[in-house]
Amino acid sequence: MKEVEVRRLFAANLLCVFSVILTAVVPAFLWDGFTVLGTHLAWLCICSVCVGTVNVILHLVLKPNRSPKRSSLAHKISRFLKCCIYFFMSCIVFHAIIVLYGAPLLGSVTETFLFSVLLSTFTTLQCLCMLGPNIQAWIRVFSKNGATSIWESSLQITTVCSILGAWFGAFPIPLDWDRPWQVWPISCSFGATFGYVAGLIIAPLWIHWNRKQLTYKSR
Amino acid sequence: MRLRSGVFASSCLLVEVLGVALFLRGFFPVPVRSLPRREARGDLPAEPAPPGPGMVSNWTKIPPPLFKKVVIVLIDALRDDFVFGSKGEQFMPYTKQVIEKGTSYSFIAEAKPPTVTMPRIKALMTGSIPGFIDVIVNLNSPALLDDNLIWQAKTAGKRIIFYGDDTWVKLFPKHFVEYDGTTSFFVSDFTEVDDNVTRHLDRVLKREDWDLLILHYLGLDHIGHVTGPNSPLVGAKLREMDNILKKIHISLLSKEEASFPNLLVVCGDHGMSETGSHGGSSAGEVHTPLLFISSSFEKRSPLTHPELVQQTDLASTLAVGLGLPISRNSVGNLILPVVGGRTMREQLRFVHLNGFQLSRLLQENTPAYEKGKSSHANWIKLYLEGNNSEILLNLGKKVLKQYLEALKTLSSSLSKQVAQYDMYSMMVGTVIILEVLLLLLLSIPKALSSRAEFEVPLSPPLFSLLFYLVCLMLCAVHVIVCTSAESLCYFCSMSWFTAVGVMMLISALMCGILSAIAKTFDNSRLPVKNPVLSSSSWSEIDVLILAGTVGHVLSLGASSFVEEEHQTWYFLINTLCLVLCQELCRNNFLLKEYDPQHSTTVKQNSEEASGYKNIDIPAADNSKLSKTFTSDEFVRGSDKWVSLASPWIILICCRLLRSLNQTGVQWAHRPDFGHWLTSSEHKSELSFLAAVSLLMIFFLVQRRCSLVSKIAMALGLLGIYSYRAAIGNVIFPWQHGSKDISKGITEARFVYIFVLGIVFSGTKDLLKSQVISSDSGVKSTGLWEVYSGLVLLAALLFRPHNLPVLVFCLLIQTMMTKYIWRPLKSGAAQITIMHYWFGQAFFYFQGNSNGIATVDVSAGFVGLESYVEIPAIFLTAFATYAGPLLWAFHLLCYLSSEVSRNSAAVGHGCFCYALMRSLPVAVYIVLVTGLRYHLFIWSVFSPKLLYEGVHVFITAAICLFFTMTES
Repeated sequence: MKEVEVRRLFAANLLCVFSVILTAVVPAFLWDGFTVLGTHLAWLCICSVCVGTVNVILHLVLKPNRSPKRSSLAHKISRFLKCCIYFFMSCIVFHAIIVLYGAPLLGSVTETFLFSVLLSTFTTLQCLCMLGPNIQAWIRVFSKNGATSIWESSLQITTVCSILGAWFGAFPIPLDWDRPWQVWPISCSFGATFGYVAGLIIAPLWIHWNRKQLTYKSR
Repeated sequence: MRLRSGVFASSCLLVEVLGVALFLRGFFPVPVRSLPRREARGDLPAEPAPPGPGMVSNWTKIPPPLFKKVVIVLIDALRDDFVFGSKGEQFMPYTKQVIEKGTSYSFIAEAKPPTVTMPRIKALMTGSIPGFIDVIVNLNSPALLDDNLIWQAKTAGKRIIFYGDDTWVKLFPKHFVEYDGTTSFFVSDFTEVDDNVTRHLDRVLKREDWDLLILHYLGLDHIGHVTGPNSPLVGAKLREMDNILKKIHISLLSKEEASFPNLLVVCGDHGMSETGSHGGSSAGEVHTPLLFISSSFEKRSPLTHPELVQQTDLASTLAVGLGLPISRNSVGNLILPVVGGRTMREQLRFVHLNGFQLSRLLQENTPAYEKGKSSHANWIKLYLEGNNSEILLNLGKKVLKQYLEALKTLSSSLSKQVAQYDMYSMMVGTVIILEVLLLLLLSIPKALSSRAEFEVPLSPPLFSLLFYLVCLMLCAVHVIVCTSAESLCYFCSMSWFTAVGVMMLISALMCGILSAIAKTFDNSRLPVKNPVLSSSSWSEIDVLILAGTVGHVLSLGASSFVEEEHQTWYFLINTLCLVLCQELCRNNFLLKEYDPQHSTTVKQNSEEASGYKNIDIPAADNSKLSKTFTSDEFVRGSDKWVSLASPWIILICCRLLRSLNQTGVQWAHRPDFGHWLTSSEHKSELSFLAAVSLLMIFFLVQRRCSLVSKIAMALGLLGIYSYRAAIGNVIFPWQHGSKDISKGITEARFVYIFVLGIVFSGTKDLLKSQVISSDSGVKSTGLWEVYSGLVLLAALLFRPHNLPVLVFCLLIQTMMTKYIWRPLKSGAAQITIMHYWFGQAFFYFQGNSNGIATVDVSAGFVGLESYVEIPAIFLTAFATYAGPLLWAFHLLCYLSSEVSRNSAAVGHGCFCYALMRSLPVAVYIVLVTGLRYHLFIWSVFSPKLLYEGVHVFITAAICLFFTMTES
């Protein structure tokens, strides 16, 4: 049972990784002049949308958290709306944090906001898919030993990796190398993307290696 | 010998101070190549003797002057594009016309960093490159004792007149027959300083009784400092300068005799950066225009781009032009076009003199120069034989070329020698610093144990064989190095007694380290139980603190990270706040989960929660808890939310402070609140802000002071406002017309009295608690009063637009104490490191950077009539390091209030503070030694080294104070 789950997780994560790679490669064929560096904002949009869609589809197909009770359509819609609001709020919060970190308040608002959308896609969207708009569950998952399934462990790892990636991505900004990728927010969004991809790959491997120690208590 | 951690850390720091001082002395050598002055026309070489018998050159004396009168117009902070660029075209039409069509030569003179006025004047007049340390040592610019152009001119009987910056008057006392020094004290003065120079001009130009006129205009520099290079004021100032140049030029032309022309030199001492400041080595700061205007020059087609020369070249060129010997320490080359109109023989003679002087300064013969000399001799032979002029001219050009190449090599090897390091002293300093660091690192486990004291084995190492062996070996090395060293070495020049003392210190430290290592091995052989436990219990904060410290230390190796160090600290404290927020969330929400529903009975709640209740409220409140539970519950609820919000409020404060002062290099030109506030249109806003800030400071500080101190504090803060009003920074609401500006001596001294009063009353309380009773209440009041005295002093010294920094500093400290550290019960080590980080961040928040240019020297003049060395240095250092100092003092206040919980808190804090300071210093010193030939060593790494060195001195003082209050 567990082995099968891990394999499913691995496959799902690989799909996400491929979707990230495809967003960097495919648009160049369809749209003349597209480069990840040159038209970075466009890439940010495409990447966010693609990763978001893939995540939602995977969630619908795999159904990692089997909800015990079937709910009405109205309930589902309200859940969906709540998710949308949460996602939007997380974008705002990320934007605020980035500004607090020193991004210009008025200049380059688009760049900062798109970057925060990307970060939200990598972190909040996944949480929303997996846990729903339930803050208590979020707090539980992101505390020590709070995960109750391999899906939640994977969620923990990818989220933390994405944020750490974005954090590390800010390091080269003060260097005076004058490289195109030092322009705001390219290095940070690259960092976040690499962190996300690394998290996706690491998570199943880590779970595989530690499968003996991992015991999930059911709630 | 048993030592407490605090005592141990302070003594370690004191030893480290010695090491740092030794290293700095070796790294910033006093100029080695400083030949003493000599008589004006002493041992000058004759022309190279032509080979063959019977022929002797008749030119043995110094050549006669080429120009009758020379006027030097030095415009402070004149950047090259102000004259040669679009600004010059627009605002300096006359100068532009002279450059393009008239008889002039234009160059771009490259200034060497530090681009500060005083060293640049020295470079212009002596032709040498003043050492970096000159800026620090000579803030009061005492008389210049090296051989220089002014001295030579005076000795040769030239009459010199000077008007302008009084730095010159201090550098060259009694050299000028007539002078009027203007002081650069009020940076916001744009017109007066220059009018004081110009008012003499008409009179002087009519007179005939002078040979050299020097004018130093300061207005442009002041405009640059206050409003930046792109302000409309710059254009107006340039136009004014253009008119002055026109007046001088026309007047010089009108009195000229054809055979003996006059010369007008226009130059800048340094440029300005895009923000209008200077001191660093950006292209704007380094490139200054250099114009020679004289009717003796031939008219020529305008060059598209002026040639690049060194600033030091001016001294040699002017010496030749005035018929003076070239200054002995000059490393400059003669600018040949200026003497291009003379005969070939004269030109050769000039470059020969220049080459002779350079090779003498270098104290070795260069083959290129020797070759030039011999071909020169041959040329003279041909000349004296009366050969064909055509061949002679071509041959002469060849010789000239050889000479110029030789001059270039000579200059470059001399410039390299200026940066010669005293490696031996540096090494000794580094060894001491590294040993201290190792000792501190090895004693971490013991020093941070709950007892915070440990056995320092003194006798075994002092009597061991190893100690004596190492001592002997070091002494042998010392003898060998000192007898074989060619260059001057500071450590060798010390007396034998001191040197042996240092050697013994080094070997004692080494033995101490070895015994510490041996002890840890002994301990590790015993069965170990704790390590596994301790390594797994690392919280996120610990990880962040460790990673941040290591990351910051590593980042010091990259010049951009040193330039932009403030970014590192802002980044780190932001992350720290976020991690603290996460920690608080966990404390508030997660522990609740194990708690039953809130609606349970009061009794059950108080029993169950006894484990975590203390988290939200101070332990002392526990007894009251049962009585006023219902209201307490409510307070607790609101407290919780304030506690959760506090990291975010701190983050917002930091973001606001960050946009108050833009520092660093890359983004320093960005607009910030500080510039907006200091511009003259926003004086009323600045006044309002200053008043509000002073009020806030009072409210934040007074709550823990005694009544007398409260009153003193209030009066002191009022005094600060009236001081700022007196010197014209802020205005009183009832005062509308412009009042005359004074130095505000009385007001500042009024504040000083209150500062001293508060500090004394605090010290009295401290002493009382030490000697008579060990009442912790008296002690903490005393500490807080000392702290508030320092806050008052900082408020006096800070520029008014920086007062919010002080307010936010106090606000953050209060919030951190109340809502974060107390509830989280962080350990002393964690709190110390957080204080250190915030202190570093506030160092940059107040507008400092790792460049010399941002040091606010005006703080050293507050309340003083004139420059007095010791108080000025003390005040400047205090104002510069106010951020770290205030945070360190707050740490002391906080830790001694926590003594009831952890009796060793102060000792732990002191130890951690010492460790946090010695780690970056030790690593940075090793890095700088490795990077000493880096391109940016003088512009980026050396200023940072000075900052680090001074910071070590200050930290040592702080740790001593810690230790004194500890017992």
